[in-house]
Amino acid sequence: MDPILTKYVREPNAFTLDFYLAHEGYDALKLALTKKPDEIIEMVKASGLRGRGGAGFPTGMKWQFVDKKIEPRYIACNADESEPGTFKDHLLMERNPHLLIEGCLIGCYAIGAKTAYIYIRGEFFHVQQVLERAIADAYAKGFAGKNILGSGFDCDVFVHRGAGAYEAGEETALLESLEGKRAQPRNKPPFPAVVGLYNKPTAVNNVETLCNVPLIVKHGAEWFTKLGPEKNGGPKLYCVSGHVKRPGVYEASMNITLRELIEGYAGGVRDGRTLKAVIPGGSSVPILMPDQLDTQASFDAIQKAGSLLGSAAIVVLDDTTCMVWLAENLLHFYRHESCGKCTPCREGTDWLHKIVRRIERGEGQMKDLDMLSSISANIAGKTLCAFGDAAVTPIVTTLKHFRHEYEAHIREGKCTLSAPWRARNPHVHAGAH
Amino acid sequence: MAYDATFHKSKRTLEDEGPSFEYTPENRARFDEIVKRYPPDRRRSAVLPALYLAQYQQGYITANAIRHVAECLGITRADVEDVVSFYTMFYTKPVGKFVLQVCRTLSCALNGAERVTEELRDKLGIKPGETDPTGTFTLIEVECLGACDRAPVVMVNDAWHECQSPEGAGKLVDDLRSRGEAALSGCHHVVEKAGRAG
Repeated sequence: MDPILTKYVREPNAFTLDFYLAHEGYDALKLALTKKPDEIIEMVKASGLRGRGGAGFPTGMKWQFVDKKIEPRYIACNADESEPGTFKDHLLMERNPHLLIEGCLIGCYAIGAKTAYIYIRGEFFHVQQVLERAIADAYAKGFAGKNILGSGFDCDVFVHRGAGAYEAGEETALLESLEGKRAQPRNKPPFPAVVGLYNKPTAVNNVETLCNVPLIVKHGAEWFTKLGPEKNGGPKLYCVSGHVKRPGVYEASMNITLRELIEGYAGGVRDGRTLKAVIPGGSSVPILMPDQLDTQASFDAIQKAGSLLGSAAIVVLDDTTCMVWLAENLLHFYRHESCGKCTPCREGTDWLHKIVRRIERGEGQMKDLDMLSSISANIAGKTLCAFGDAAVTPIVTTLKHFRHEYEAHIREGKCTLSAPWRARNPHVHAGAH
Repeated sequence: MAYDATFHKSKRTLEDEGPSFEYTPENRARFDEIVKRYPPDRRRSAVLPALYLAQYQQGYITANAIRHVAECLGITRADVEDVVSFYTMFYTKPVGKFVLQVCRTLSCALNGAERVTEELRDKLGIKPGETDPTGTFTLIEVECLGACDRAPVVMVNDAWHECQSPEGAGKLVDDLRSRGEAALSGCHHVVEKAGRAG
């Protein structure tokens, strides 16, 4: 499949309004404004577009659930891209910002919202500047603001910058943050489609999801479904990173396999190395083993293989990777990013990290392994949001496939794998952060 | 700021009182403009941008800055402190002219981020979380910055510096000393090489 979303990203002026207009930009918005809002929702439903943020929930259904009896309504675009291994939305926003703006505007029109907030993570300051300039240009040409293109439809698009919180990527935590509070999740239900931003009906959609909307309006639902396997239609962006020769964002249909992505697009593992494992959907999902590489990289096929496509963040691990080190690295992340609202997660991630760290240093005991499993079981499913489940996944999945590595650390009293990319003196400042 | 091993999420880290604080007329005008993006009865939504303005003006967030932001937004100081203490990008202590934030999460770590931190630590003679005695550099280890394809990445203030190597990290310090922010490579898509991104 030829790239669609990222077709022009390497053109120097791809981010400008002039370039966008010269390449059918805002044609979809013009077309959308000639249709009834319900028709747009039906079209997106028929396309089967599934959320690209991680959960893969059908976007058309989400929009249908938005309570149309209550005013005002909102779109909150989730541009908080924080899942370790994910960097696709960044590329779209920086190189193709008008596509996202157009998607926000069509989305607002469809659900009857007059305001879209793009919640961008704080570390994307340079992307925020690109987006804000693009929005100003769109206003100047009458694509946003009052009476868009003479249609009578009013819509504002604003960028809202976060300030460093992984949890803000969870949809209800994002809304809390947008309301000026700590990014901590709300209990669900009610879902944001009914009680969202400022307690009003809100659709929370990922950047890549909204970027697909103009394509569906322009080319039709059928075109979209035909681009991939059943129920997994449309173009998809894959983020490949870790131990590969050519890390990057690759666009393909979901017919592609993990092998084609890793060995084809990304050039495979570095010379002299062999593949050890693959994380197919960001740090929160179970690992897949080398014999599962021929799995199709679609939502459904990856789920069937025992993992999740998530945000399509494929992290490749070669044979120099110690899996206990990996669990320690990721638990450090989850311990740091736990928002602190639910006790099992706040306290549990701290314990898990302490235990896995002492095992990694060679100071663990065999009974620690059971304790890891037991604590994990007491976090998963016992928190308001999916963070708890995500946080225990690195432990559960490495214990499942690489228990022998944990046992070797405990037996030998040290890590026996030396990797050229690891710290020379790893524990010098380990207590300090 | 970085949490150390003894840090607990419910610990209160109250900011310095600091000098008296008020937005400059320019920042006040910017604040008034930003507040208009939110419904009139939802001014609190502007707390993050309001705090960024304060931090850009003064370098870090003090109790006096919190008081001023609270007054501007019509919310309590506790509401603002609640936010400041939650988000990692607000500094509650003075930081160096250049804040070096090394991404330590998986994809960067797999590509040598731990060594980058070691190099910077040795070169600057400070530990992560500290500022050097001249007040020029602060070293922080941070969690995933979302630049995993150009790992390891170091964020310097608001700018990215990508594809670091341990050897290059020491040079970055020298370059920043002599050339300032001009030494940074910026975001990779600007210098996109053939073969990437599709």
